[in-house]
Amino acid sequence: MQYMKPSTATEASDILARNEGAARILGGGTDLLVQMRSGMIEPEMIVDIKHLDGITDITAEDGGLRIGAAVSGQRLGEHEGARAMWPGVVEACELIGSTQIQGRCTMAGNLCNGGPAADSVPAMIAAAAVARIEGPKGARDCPVEEFVTGPGKTVLGKGEFVSSIFLPARPKAASDAYLRFIPRTEMDIAVASAGVNIVLADDGTIKSARVALGAVGPKVVLVADAADAIIGSKLEDPAITALVRACEAAASPIDDKRGTVEFRTTVVGVLAKRAARIAMDRAQENATGEKT
Amino acid sequence: MNFQSNTKANFKVVGTRVPRPDGVDKVTGRALYGADFNVPGMQVGLILRSPHAHATINSIDTSKATALPGVKAVVTSADLGVPEDESLRDVQDNCLARGKVLYDGHAVAAVAAKDMATAKAALKLIKVDYTPLPHVTDVDAAMKLDAPVVQEARADESVPEGCGPNVTHYCEFGHGDLESGFGMADLILERSFTTAATHQGYIEPHACVASYGTDDKADLWCTTQGQYFVRDLCSGILGIEGSQLRVTASEIGGGFGGKTTVFIEPVALALSRKAGRPVKIVMSRVDVFRATGPTVSSSMDVRIGMTKDGRITAAEAKLRYQGGAFPCGTVDMGAQAAFAAYDLKAVRTQGWNALTNRPKEAAYRAPGAPMAIYAVESVVDELCQQLDLDPLDVRILNAADAGTKSSYGPTFDQIGLMATLEAAKEHDHYHAPLGENQGRGLSCGFWFNFGGNTSVSLAINSDGTVSVTEGNPDIGGSRASISMMAAEELGVAYEKVRTIITDTSSLGQNDVTDGSRVTFAVGLATIKAARAAIRVMCGRVAKIWGIDEDAVVWEDGAAKPSGPNAGDFEPMTLADIAAISSETGGPIAGHHEVNAEGAGVSFGVHLADVEVDPETGATKVLRYTVFQDAGKAVHPDYVEGQMQGGAAQGIGWALNEEYIYGDDGRLQNAGFLDYRIPVASDLPNIDTVILEIPNPGHPYGVRGVGETPIVPPLAALSNAVSRAIGVRLHELPMSPPKILKAVMAKG
Repeated sequence: MQYMKPSTATEASDILARNEGAARILGGGTDLLVQMRSGMIEPEMIVDIKHLDGITDITAEDGGLRIGAAVSGQRLGEHEGARAMWPGVVEACELIGSTQIQGRCTMAGNLCNGGPAADSVPAMIAAAAVARIEGPKGARDCPVEEFVTGPGKTVLGKGEFVSSIFLPARPKAASDAYLRFIPRTEMDIAVASAGVNIVLADDGTIKSARVALGAVGPKVVLVADAADAIIGSKLEDPAITALVRACEAAASPIDDKRGTVEFRTTVVGVLAKRAARIAMDRAQENATGEKT
Repeated sequence: MNFQSNTKANFKVVGTRVPRPDGVDKVTGRALYGADFNVPGMQVGLILRSPHAHATINSIDTSKATALPGVKAVVTSADLGVPEDESLRDVQDNCLARGKVLYDGHAVAAVAAKDMATAKAALKLIKVDYTPLPHVTDVDAAMKLDAPVVQEARADESVPEGCGPNVTHYCEFGHGDLESGFGMADLILERSFTTAATHQGYIEPHACVASYGTDDKADLWCTTQGQYFVRDLCSGILGIEGSQLRVTASEIGGGFGGKTTVFIEPVALALSRKAGRPVKIVMSRVDVFRATGPTVSSSMDVRIGMTKDGRITAAEAKLRYQGGAFPCGTVDMGAQAAFAAYDLKAVRTQGWNALTNRPKEAAYRAPGAPMAIYAVESVVDELCQQLDLDPLDVRILNAADAGTKSSYGPTFDQIGLMATLEAAKEHDHYHAPLGENQGRGLSCGFWFNFGGNTSVSLAINSDGTVSVTEGNPDIGGSRASISMMAAEELGVAYEKVRTIITDTSSLGQNDVTDGSRVTFAVGLATIKAARAAIRVMCGRVAKIWGIDEDAVVWEDGAAKPSGPNAGDFEPMTLADIAAISSETGGPIAGHHEVNAEGAGVSFGVHLADVEVDPETGATKVLRYTVFQDAGKAVHPDYVEGQMQGGAAQGIGWALNEEYIYGDDGRLQNAGFLDYRIPVASDLPNIDTVILEIPNPGHPYGVRGVGETPIVPPLAALSNAVSRAIGVRLHELPMSPPKILKAVMAKG
């Protein structure tokens, strides 16, 4: 097995293109190493991207934040700006794995894994995050909701890899939240999850919203109907009921060892409702500067 | 409370919380666990396992694997004989399948190679030709007359006519006239329950190094709860004499009963014999789940009659257990334990064991008892609800006590049940208010406890220190307790004593570390070994002083004249005597060998408060208190640790842990991600209340404490959840989907 440590994106892309199928990218490695140890994969080459410029940095850009692909959950969680602007994304990323895993795991890796239960992904989609992809033809951007095409499958082509995630700027009176259901309190995989991002109008009603659901289909879904259900409301009961119904309708889960169709469908609505309320409280706090 | 006792009362060392002797090694990584042992020339052993739940093995072609460079040996069951003894044959066939594979993960062949990559490559080169057979993994399905037959003709003589072909064992216990008992009841409830198979969940996987010489002498280092039993099984399977196989137990990273048999050790020895090199096998976590012993799963019916004022008039239980693909007698223990907490005039339990295409069950902390008592305590709780009675008062009213003829036959001696129930009733936990969606549950628990074969040697070193040598791996703090009891008896400081666990060649037979026996039986033998050493020391002093041995007594760690008539001599301490031992007759030691009896049964009562999220079915354990009789708590930290650990495992069993099989008969959750033992954040601090009702069978009154605490949590949690959500579940685990379904069905 070969270990490669490219120092530029072009070099990394080149190596990946030349070794398509044989090479695997090492960022945090928290999925890669587990898959190797368990015998699921036996890559001939490991391409360590942690030494590329800016890949471990969080930088301000156009009022938003660019999160390097090798920024760990721990680093993101310690970033005051990220916590203030996108608390839902940060709390989602911090749910990945254990304390030890947090020292290594990355949002980009969580995304590239292509799993429907990836914790950071519903939050990123709700946040309208954009993945920056480097490849043989240079850089391109892809909205996170378009990145995963099916379980374990992504838009990444030959020689391509994710170099950063961009979290866009947002107005002051806005916030987000992420909740997942797991049978225990940590060290688990979401049985259902929901990320909710809202922006308030001056009158305190919801001006715009994005709702994304995880683990209730082959990939994370952005549910426009769920957002529409709460836009214009202050999360009064009818809006909440409509939100729950829209989420239940958008869920297409399977029965498996982690949960039943019935359970996932019910719980994803509950999570969306609760996440919306948390996001609302946070947005109101941001708008008024006071705890609600 | 006035408990009759012939036991010691004033302790200096016993009952204190001295530093644990294994603590520094374990937190610094110096402790050597099973996988930490290495020897020169060692080969990597790997095991090929069945992908089928049930299949005939038509052939195994190992030629390509054998020919692969770097491969030193490949073995199958053909490399072993066929033991005459049926139980030994079962152990062997579980380690390497013969003729058929009986469950997903059943070992089929093994390789020894120079490194892991070669061993992995060799495994892929072994070609096994299977014919899949119909399989059965559910106990009720396995009991049926037309069920797929796991093994032909394995019923023992207890099985009555008319049972299905997988039923291997039947048992029945009880006394009194059931029909007239039920006739006196104001309310009779009959309920059916199921519990899932759960794994012991020890963090350390099975691991061993085997080194087999060309002269048929062999050494084995392994993680085990009983090196002597490993020796007996492996020497039997390998066909060598027990004296020629020395087994050394490593530090152990959890066992809970699951390391009381062998899985890889005979395979490693067979590989080493064939390879002419030492061979190491370390199981993966996946293999541990697929191919070592979880506990039984069960299906049970319980019928109890009660009067309006809470008196149980008759009780009956039917227990159906499956313990995997080989016969087991675990249901006997469930059937005996089910009603042990109650003083009953009419009681009957019946038990059936059925074979299934699952891994052979292994002991798990009070094997067979938790599920039976879960069913019984659930019905008692529902009777209390329907009759509007206080569940603790009802237990107190019906509690077994000294002189009670137990539901399984023997009449109880001094037992601690009433004291634990009364302690629970007096505790503020029982009276604390509960909020919305919260419920409180309680359950009694019981375990028999065990004594068994024990051999201890105790040396008085010339520097005045003491070395205790015993043969039971320390899975719950026994080295500390043994050193404390030696120090107590000899009258020396705890720090002067070190207890080590030795190999099979260095002491007489020691039964496995099981049955909560070690602090009781090894402690008893240690006390007696210390007394033997004291007799030697008093004899030496008598010679020095020129008086009769009878005129020398041992007090506070020193030999003294027994009274003024014996003469006026300065006391000689243990250190004084030890320093000149070479001049008074040579080294001083004591030893004791016994098949210990009088272990003394153990009772506990648990209180659990839970809150259930009615929208998700998630259960949070808010508060938990364990009340248990320890006889005498030698090292209270460890006793509390046992009580907390048992409760934690029982809570996991109640809420989330289960073996999940697919329609293909394969295990779907062979790993800690989807086999959910509780993590620390899932649990509240588990409060403990130790009661000390001395066991008359032990010089210090000790009772085993290790197993009872896993028994009550199942019903305590189920009763709490049922009261929180207003609807009763009859199956474990009470995972969130099941609770949510019950809540939604209730409306």
